[in-house]
Amino acid sequence: MSSALPWYVLLLPLFAAVVIVLLTKSFRGLSSFISIAAVLGSFACSCLIFVTPNIRSLELTWIDFPPLLYVPLGLILDDLSKTMLVLVTGIGALIHIYSLGYMKDDAGKSRYFASLSFFMFSMLGIVLADNFVMMFIFWELVGVSSYLLIGHWFEREAAAEAAKKAFITNRIGDFGFMLGILMAWTATGSVVFQEMAQQLDRITGYPEYLTVAALLIFCGAVGKSAQFPLHVWLPDAMEGPTPISALIHAATMVAAGVYMLVRVGFLIQAAPQALSIIAWIGTITAVMAALIATQQNDIKRILAYSTLSQLGYMVMAVGLASGAAAMFHLFTHAFFKALLFLGAGSIIVMLHHEQNIWKMGGLAGRLGITFLTFMVGTLALIGFPPFSGFFSKDAILALAYEKNQAIFWLALFTAFLTAFYMLRLVVVVFFGKPRSDHARAGREAPWVMITPLIVLAIPACASGFGFVAKFFHMTSENEAGWLVPGLAFAATLAGITLAILLYRRRDSDPIDFALFQNRFYFDEIYSFLISATQGVLASISAFVDRWILDVGFVRGASGATWGFGSLLRLLQVGNLQAYAFLFGLGIVGLIYFTLFR
Amino acid sequence: MVTLGHYLIVSGLLFTIGFAGVLLRRNIIIIFMSLELMLNAANLSLVAFSRFRLNPAGIPSYNAQVFVFFIITVAAAEVAVGLAIIVALYRARQTTHVEDVSSLKF
Repeated sequence: MSSALPWYVLLLPLFAAVVIVLLTKSFRGLSSFISIAAVLGSFACSCLIFVTPNIRSLELTWIDFPPLLYVPLGLILDDLSKTMLVLVTGIGALIHIYSLGYMKDDAGKSRYFASLSFFMFSMLGIVLADNFVMMFIFWELVGVSSYLLIGHWFEREAAAEAAKKAFITNRIGDFGFMLGILMAWTATGSVVFQEMAQQLDRITGYPEYLTVAALLIFCGAVGKSAQFPLHVWLPDAMEGPTPISALIHAATMVAAGVYMLVRVGFLIQAAPQALSIIAWIGTITAVMAALIATQQNDIKRILAYSTLSQLGYMVMAVGLASGAAAMFHLFTHAFFKALLFLGAGSIIVMLHHEQNIWKMGGLAGRLGITFLTFMVGTLALIGFPPFSGFFSKDAILALAYEKNQAIFWLALFTAFLTAFYMLRLVVVVFFGKPRSDHARAGREAPWVMITPLIVLAIPACASGFGFVAKFFHMTSENEAGWLVPGLAFAATLAGITLAILLYRRRDSDPIDFALFQNRFYFDEIYSFLISATQGVLASISAFVDRWILDVGFVRGASGATWGFGSLLRLLQVGNLQAYAFLFGLGIVGLIYFTLFR
Repeated sequence: MVTLGHYLIVSGLLFTIGFAGVLLRRNIIIIFMSLELMLNAANLSLVAFSRFRLNPAGIPSYNAQVFVFFIITVAAAEVAVGLAIIVALYRARQTTHVEDVSSLKF
């Protein structure tokens, strides 16, 4: 069945963004209404698509140079993209509504909602693209909208810097991604995913080529999904409004990298060396981010590092050749991480934009619903049974146990750390006594902000159960029996206990570990590297420009003309008889040259 | 026997004297006279050529003589213009010396 429905899903948010920018920019209420209507429409269409089997989308030809290049404007509709559609539009819709409350008095509300709609358009484009060219374009558009949204409060220098950092860091990864796409296209002669999969046996004979191509494509995911070593932008991206952190930098956009890897899984899984590198990068990211998270004091930064860590899990699963496990964790993570961020957002707003957890405390009583939903999110994140995170994390752990013991133990350690830092957060923020006036005066957020929390809490609880897992084609990989879940549960319990013992009734952090507080000095190392490489390069090219090009060529040419002209000017003496003499000399010369030579 | 060579030597002498006068004298009127001398040196050689280059019928070539008439005519016109310029120059600068008229230079 062919249908235009997927195009509605894609184009409705774009339409909303265009209308807001062109027409309703000065009517802030109307703008937010248009944006929310568009995303709800997208969500409804997505649900329709989800329940329609064998649905196909209209396909147009965009570029056709036979036999070299064929790029259709086509939308792919398989289980993978259908799930992502519902996920992105669903969480997107909730966050649009939440933003109504969060951004109520913001002067840039129209701009905010236009950017949000534009983001939805770009993200849905990545999900639906059936070829690499479209995916890359939407990939960059997502980068742009992320830039706009991180820098929403651009008058704050930190926000503007963070937006720049996110965009540039992503561009580094995207350059690799583009090279990877070109390599894959050169080898298979197509950019359409389905045809590439069919043509793949053309390059399976060249494992080195395939490995390089797979790793370059992975570069894109390293940037977008904030994996080590390009992870530095994500924590800084928390300068944006909190709903943005929830939607883009926790639930959807950062998952785009994982989604893309699963989408081109056929290519990556054909390169075993690339797979093991991917798995290790995921593992390094997971452990490193979890370690950093244990020593951060900003509530959103803790959640950001936890996002990094969970993305590490997903990439690890991709590297262990199980796209299903990665998507399952992506699916559950999107709900509980959005929930956690929105919960954090309510706290932040109610405490007048206080983000330091050591200035909170004792909020459990006053922010009842926020506390309960936040607890649901926490338990899901740390993988406490029977919340959703338990099942998806267990799937990845079981996978690691089977395929690579070293990765398994590191992942288990990360699970322990996850429980530790999340319980640290909960204990410090919600229990004990209030540590500031704002914390004493805090009260529950308005219903537009609470409702999305409650709605998100349901899938955060339930999205891990068997029927969902079955949808992701997760076979019950419990060959190790109860060993893996048992170990995971033990690690979680250990983390919880340690955190409660350490942080109960504390007013300041009893641990002081500079390496983690300073995020392994990555920012410092990078700024040193940039000044040592790019700075030096820039001063060399400045020297070449200033002294060789400017002085040498530009001023050299004009100077030579000028000097030669001054020399010639000496001949112009103004004496009639001198001219006559030269004239005669010239004639003598002419006669000599014409007659006597 | 006076040959073509003698005429040409006289013509060359006249031309050289004229050119030397143009180069060395200061008074513009004298320079002007020297210029006329150079023109007439050329005329003399043209007439000499005409006289000594007879065609097979024994008649001199008149082309050169016509040329001489042209030169005399043009020289007359030139004298008129040139003297007028010299008068104008004298009125403007109260001098007829070339060293005093050298403002067309850097």
